[in-house]
Amino acid sequence: MHSYGETDLSTQAEHSSTNRRDFLYIATGAVGAVGAAAVVWPLINQLNPDASTLALASIQYNIAPIEEGQSVTITWRGLPVFVRHRTPKEIEEAKAVPMADLKDPETDEARTKPGHEQWLIMIANCTHLGCIPVGQSGDFDGWFCPCHGSHYDSAGRIRRGPAPKNLVVPPYEFLSDTLVQIG
Amino acid sequence: MSEHSTYVPGTAVEKWLDDRLPVVRFAKEHLMDFPTPKNLNYWWTFGAILVMCLGVQIVTGIILAMHYVPNVALAFDSVEHIRRDISGGRVIQATHAVGASMFFVALYIHMFRGLFYGSYKAPREILWILGVVIFLLTTATAFMGYILPWGQMSFWGATVISNIFSAIPLVGDSIKQLVLGGFAVGNPTLNRFFSLHYLLPFIIAAVVALHIWALHVPGNNNPIGVDVKDSRDTVPFHPYYTMKDLFGMVLFMIPFAWFVFFAPDILGHPDNYIMANSQVTPSHIVPEWYLLPFYTILRAIDFNILFIDSKLGGVIAMGGAMACLLVVPWLDTSKVRSGVFRPMFRWFYGLFVINFIALMYLGAQEAAEPYTTLAKVCTAFYFLYFLVILPVLSRIETPKPLPTSISESVLGNKAHA
Amino acid sequence: MIGAGNMNMHKLIIAAAALVAGLAMAPVAQAAEAGPHPERQAWSFGGIFGTYDTNQLQRGFQVFREVCSSCHSAHLLAFRNLMDEGGPEFSEAQVRALALEYEVNDATADGGRRPAVPADRWPSPFASDQEARDANGGALPPDFSVLAKARGVKDPFPTWIFNYFTAYQEGGPDYIHALLNGYHEEVPEDAPHSSDGTPFQLPEGKHYNDYFPGHAIGMAPPLADGVVDYAEAENGTAVPETLEQYSTDVAAFMMWVAEPHLVSRKQTGFAVLIFLVLFAGLMYGTKRKIWAGIEH
Repeated sequence: MHSYGETDLSTQAEHSSTNRRDFLYIATGAVGAVGAAAVVWPLINQLNPDASTLALASIQYNIAPIEEGQSVTITWRGLPVFVRHRTPKEIEEAKAVPMADLKDPETDEARTKPGHEQWLIMIANCTHLGCIPVGQSGDFDGWFCPCHGSHYDSAGRIRRGPAPKNLVVPPYEFLSDTLVQIG
Repeated sequence: MSEHSTYVPGTAVEKWLDDRLPVVRFAKEHLMDFPTPKNLNYWWTFGAILVMCLGVQIVTGIILAMHYVPNVALAFDSVEHIRRDISGGRVIQATHAVGASMFFVALYIHMFRGLFYGSYKAPREILWILGVVIFLLTTATAFMGYILPWGQMSFWGATVISNIFSAIPLVGDSIKQLVLGGFAVGNPTLNRFFSLHYLLPFIIAAVVALHIWALHVPGNNNPIGVDVKDSRDTVPFHPYYTMKDLFGMVLFMIPFAWFVFFAPDILGHPDNYIMANSQVTPSHIVPEWYLLPFYTILRAIDFNILFIDSKLGGVIAMGGAMACLLVVPWLDTSKVRSGVFRPMFRWFYGLFVINFIALMYLGAQEAAEPYTTLAKVCTAFYFLYFLVILPVLSRIETPKPLPTSISESVLGNKAHA
Repeated sequence: MIGAGNMNMHKLIIAAAALVAGLAMAPVAQAAEAGPHPERQAWSFGGIFGTYDTNQLQRGFQVFREVCSSCHSAHLLAFRNLMDEGGPEFSEAQVRALALEYEVNDATADGGRRPAVPADRWPSPFASDQEARDANGGALPPDFSVLAKARGVKDPFPTWIFNYFTAYQEGGPDYIHALLNGYHEEVPEDAPHSSDGTPFQLPEGKHYNDYFPGHAIGMAPPLADGVVDYAEAENGTAVPETLEQYSTDVAAFMMWVAEPHLVSRKQTGFAVLIFLVLFAGLMYGTKRKIWAGIEH
């Protein structure tokens, strides 16, 4: 067995005390960093939509009073939303359009819910720069945006003009034949 | 201010920056290397704690302003909206409200520390006066902040305090109308108080910068009040005092958090949960606790003095109470700074602290006997302390022998322990 | 570490505290109209560990809805709040159905009125404060939104100091509970005399209450044994249908309306305090290590 000299022992002791000290510093720093992060997060999170805004993130709307050929504009998440009760003629026109003619190809079925094809629900902001298009006008029996001349068809798809995309269909579902939940 | 500089730019980039804008050098000199007496006790950590308090108030205040509406019809409900609907809003709002109280706890401790250890004496008079200015600005800021929730206490507190202006002879009523933007506290008042409440903290921060500048010219006072003789008396600020101050801050956060999370309303008044109503006065109007000592002095003058009526007299007394703080460096002319070595001063200082707490207590009581008489006695002692006791003590008191240096005193303490 | 000056400050602070204690013990001029002190109740949400009792809040809501809400508004209470965690925790379907039973003003709806949805606030029983006064003999029934925090109990010294350490925040519900149980059919014998010594005169249309400031309250006793039918709990136990039970339940409900985030606030508080104590310990250790070689 080898016995350590005195110098060796003291060096060792110094070493372990250095390690203990480093550990303490690192632990304190780490815990402090965790604490700082835990303080910062709520300060940022408060910027998110508050509970009263979130409560209106999803709305229910009774579509029964809207007659065929009528549209209403409702507000959802602060945005205007078209709810259009389409005529059979409009639906036919929309279905007849060949995909090749479309700037942003999308079928009419993809923009409506099966069994509820007469209902078209879209966010009412033009996909160009956000104006609200005028209903039942333009060259395609749909919507026409007066700001920069975008024409949308009876399924709300862009046909001519500067807008790049079809009018956006928000997430929605039919809770019954007359009650729709948007969002 | 570069005499302590040990900064040597390590890289070419640091050198380039240092030649143009020596921020790194400045930070190293003043936040790290600054020689600080090694015998500072925990009462000295309250300076750093106050910086933290100001930071907390500014950060939470900016957030509250994102959601608050300064309009008499909407203000009350908008504060409730923050408490109820904003993510984490209840805690952020409580932190700001409790934070105001904690700010004053730290502020009073910091001031009373200075008063005991003679930190206002030469060459630190400007440092002290800047501190009093910070205290006055903070008081004004807190007062205006208390108006914003637009509760009953907000409204009636504003009404009572704004009437202070009307005590000024001749132009008083015009000044009051100018301040309120109307004939009574109303929407214009709320709007301008909101604007100023947002502005003042940044002015406070600027004065704090001057305060620290004025501190770094002569350096810190210390518990024995003996000047630093050589480098053996000091340690660099970092890591010794950065660590000690941070520890002090964390300790301070414990009672802070206690109130925020477990008793956020206990320091407030239930009447402030009733929306402001100009037709109904609460039965008992009480300012926030930190204004109470000065409020008592204001109320104590309920008699005319010669041609000065009681109302103006009260306002003068309150102003005088604050002015005493400003001129204390020239009232206490004792050559010995620290109260530790002043056997008579210590007793009177103790009485002064007790008297100040008594003034605070009396401010919350109704205006009836025995409180009104006690308020007069305590007000008298407040002025007596500054205007008579301190100047007289400076002449008649024989101080205890001072240690020759901080190092000697430190070693002496060790021997006793 | 602790220098002579430090010791001195400690002594001073202790002396100051003692003097304040003495001052506070000085005879307190009792205001003539002050009634008996409301008795503290054992609230489930009291103290630092307290949480709301969901069943009690549901019963309290029933009392509010069937009795109080015919005169009192609660304009900051949204239907959606009734399903919030830590509150009465009704299901979403229950809340939606409940909201549909009420109509709210909406300028965009046909006729300016529409059925409520969970996002709406509780509709007020009167269109304006003036209408509310007219219907209630000139007295305005206060809004319930923060009423439980707008009422309090003034505790004598040294109780109010202990309150800082026990985090007593239940003065409001204590007062409300006491008030609801504090009615007398006739002015009692020991009613305080007015300052000129004449016996207590109850104004026309007012009611005598021990705890109301001035004792003459506009509100008739709103609750009595049996006025609200509580549903039997699932396990078959019945809650007593007594004034005492109703008043406790509705006071608890009002506290929740005033402080809906009480439970989550306290939960966060425990995490924060435990963290701070731990962190303070580490900081102290670090500070000691750094200062180890310095005589100070």
